Amino acid sequence: MQVTSMFFKKTASMKLDDPVLQESLRKFKGKFVDARARAVAEVDAWETVRSHAARLRDHAIENLDAYLVEFERNATRRGATVHWAETAEEACEIVVGIAKANGVRKVTKSKSMVSEEINLNERLEAVGVQVVETDLGEYILQLANEPPSHIVAPAVHKTKEQVADLFVAAHHKPRLTDIAAMTREAREALREHFLTADMGISGSNFVIAETGTTLTVTNEGNADLVTTVPRIHCVITGIEKVIPTLEDFATLIRLLPRSATGQSIANYLTLTTGVKAPGETDGPEQMHIVLVDAGRTKFVGTDMQAMLRCIRCGACMNHCPVYQNVGGHAYGWVYPGPMGSVLTPTYVGIENAGDLPNAATFCGECAVVCPVKIPLPDLMRKLREKQFDRKLRPWGERLGLAAWSYAARRPSLYAALTKFAARFAAFLGGKERLIHRLPGLDGWTKGRDMPAPEGRTFRELYGERQRRKASSADERR
Amino acid sequence: MKVGLFVTCLVDLVRPSVGFATLKLLEEAGCEVVVPETQTCCGQPGYNSGAREVAMDLARKVLAEFRDCDYVVAPSGSCSGQVKAHYVEDLFHDSPERPEFEKLAAKWYELSDFLVNVLKVESVPRKFASPVTYHDSCSGLRELGVKMQPRYLLQMAGAPIHEMAECEKCCGFGGTFSVKLGDIATRMAANKVANARASGAKAIVGGDLGCLLNIEGRLRREGDLETQVLHFAEVLAGGSDDDQGERRPPQINADKRR
Repeated sequence: MQVTSMFFKKTASMKLDDPVLQESLRKFKGKFVDARARAVAEVDAWETVRSHAARLRDHAIENLDAYLVEFERNATRRGATVHWAETAEEACEIVVGIAKANGVRKVTKSKSMVSEEINLNERLEAVGVQVVETDLGEYILQLANEPPSHIVAPAVHKTKEQVADLFVAAHHKPRLTDIAAMTREAREALREHFLTADMGISGSNFVIAETGTTLTVTNEGNADLVTTVPRIHCVITGIEKVIPTLEDFATLIRLLPRSATGQSIANYLTLTTGVKAPGETDGPEQMHIVLVDAGRTKFVGTDMQAMLRCIRCGACMNHCPVYQNVGGHAYGWVYPGPMGSVLTPTYVGIENAGDLPNAATFCGECAVVCPVKIPLPDLMRKLREKQFDRKLRPWGERLGLAAWSYAARRPSLYAALTKFAARFAAFLGGKERLIHRLPGLDGWTKGRDMPAPEGRTFRELYGERQRRKASSADERR
Repeated sequence: MKVGLFVTCLVDLVRPSVGFATLKLLEEAGCEVVVPETQTCCGQPGYNSGAREVAMDLARKVLAEFRDCDYVVAPSGSCSGQVKAHYVEDLFHDSPERPEFEKLAAKWYELSDFLVNVLKVESVPRKFASPVTYHDSCSGLRELGVKMQPRYLLQMAGAPIHEMAECEKCCGFGGTFSVKLGDIATRMAANKVANARASGAKAIVGGDLGCLLNIEGRLRREGDLETQVLHFAEVLAGGSDDDQGERRPPQINADKRR
């Protein structure tokens, strides 16, 4: 996917003025948040489970090499082929290679964010393979030729009416606007593809080392048809998804659907281990698992490592006041919201995503709801430190910061400057005591007034008060 | 009990009345209040802009200024969060200076927390009869657990609390965020203002001046000159310093405007 994160600020402002998007976001806003709150309340020891999950993810990441090799061994034993891709390019080449070698003409896909990262669909289509997205949201976006705007609900930015138009164009049937009926129509359109695909491509929410298992957590059942019906199943997933045991999966699955959609459990948890064994009637003849790095190891062993705990639930974006107002596309790459603001600059280079670490008020909601306790604001701050060190922010901002840094460490100078500033700004505020426009602070005054200072600093007034007290004490003496 | 008052840079510059209200609350509760003259800022603006070194320098400066105090109180959850959470857990996390900062953090309180949980006040200087709505500022709420304390105090002043929808949602201030990403900050402030106005309260009350300036700025831009925007200290103690006499009250006087 093309990176447009460097235009975050501009795009975000446009999204704020997009009435259709705003309507979609307004409808979406409370849904997952309220559902999550209810689902979390069902678990007595939520915080304990969360802490345990964070530790087990840390443990897996700290021993990534060992667990990945264990996974490879066990998956191979069950007849799967494990491929290692260091870059996005390599990952695409591997999948395209598998398709070519097996004469694949049609691929069905269940939702995979990694495939979005590496532009897999484009690459397959370039060699003449038809790719059909089967997750309803992804299917809609494929028809619209748009990227997802949310990692769990990819088409959340689309209205029912927009989808109705897309379906008319694609299915050549009468326009429907009843959601259940529309879903049925999509289901019917997809059914033929499920049955005729040569290869199914899925992601994997986790990969389990001790059993060599990959798995999908879905609500539509499409992943089951993608992973079992075609003769080839290709899994494409990030190397950080590895967890040691099935027991660990049991822990994490208590957190994932609750955090994501507010469900106690998702409709389908599909664990896939190996190929169709002799005597079995269902399952693929070939299973390929592509383990993708594509930037993930950049986090390992750094102060950003906690980010690799992420289990892609989307709770951070659901709760983020910035995401809630601008939607996912403004973030300019696959991963929006707070997790994207940490992942994107690291994956694509901080110079290509400069506003993202700054696209946060540090309100802290994301850190509070993260099921694996990723300190997202702290990680964004670390990225800001990198920007500061490399002088990547605009010069005006750097100058302001330098001036403030100089003055704040020099109390007498600071007192003099603030004394002047308080008077000057009070003067600007006039009788109304409101500043309507302040050059240099247009970012504020474009949409808000600036309440003017009272005119004198606390320091001055308090000093006078102390002197008055002292002199009246003298008089009494 | 010697209590250091950390005024905060915004109160010092923009609304000294909040500082005097804080002073009054502490003095009336029997504290001996000291206000170190050299204080400037807790360092958060630099810290959150990636300027770690200056944040550490300012943290050391704060530490030195309040070394002799039994307690330190700030009328801000944001600055208090910086001191109580970030000095210790991040800036001096693995430094030999950490124990000193742990001590500072332990004696440092956000104002409402101090009044309720340390001083255990049972009355406040002023009555306030108009209905208020309380905006929970993010740092105070999520870093310090400030939630019931200010509400308890507001009730002590007799103020009916009309809770607004999404009272815990960020108002969009976020320090430099409010200028750097002004359009988003404005929308968030507009959401906050809409919720506050729907509550039917006559005053929007909070515990952090940054949020209050942001909320008031949007409120006034939308043409609302009636609804008051106040720090809870102003509600509890009045805006002016009694010794001071002629200072302007914080209430907006609609007649004088526009």
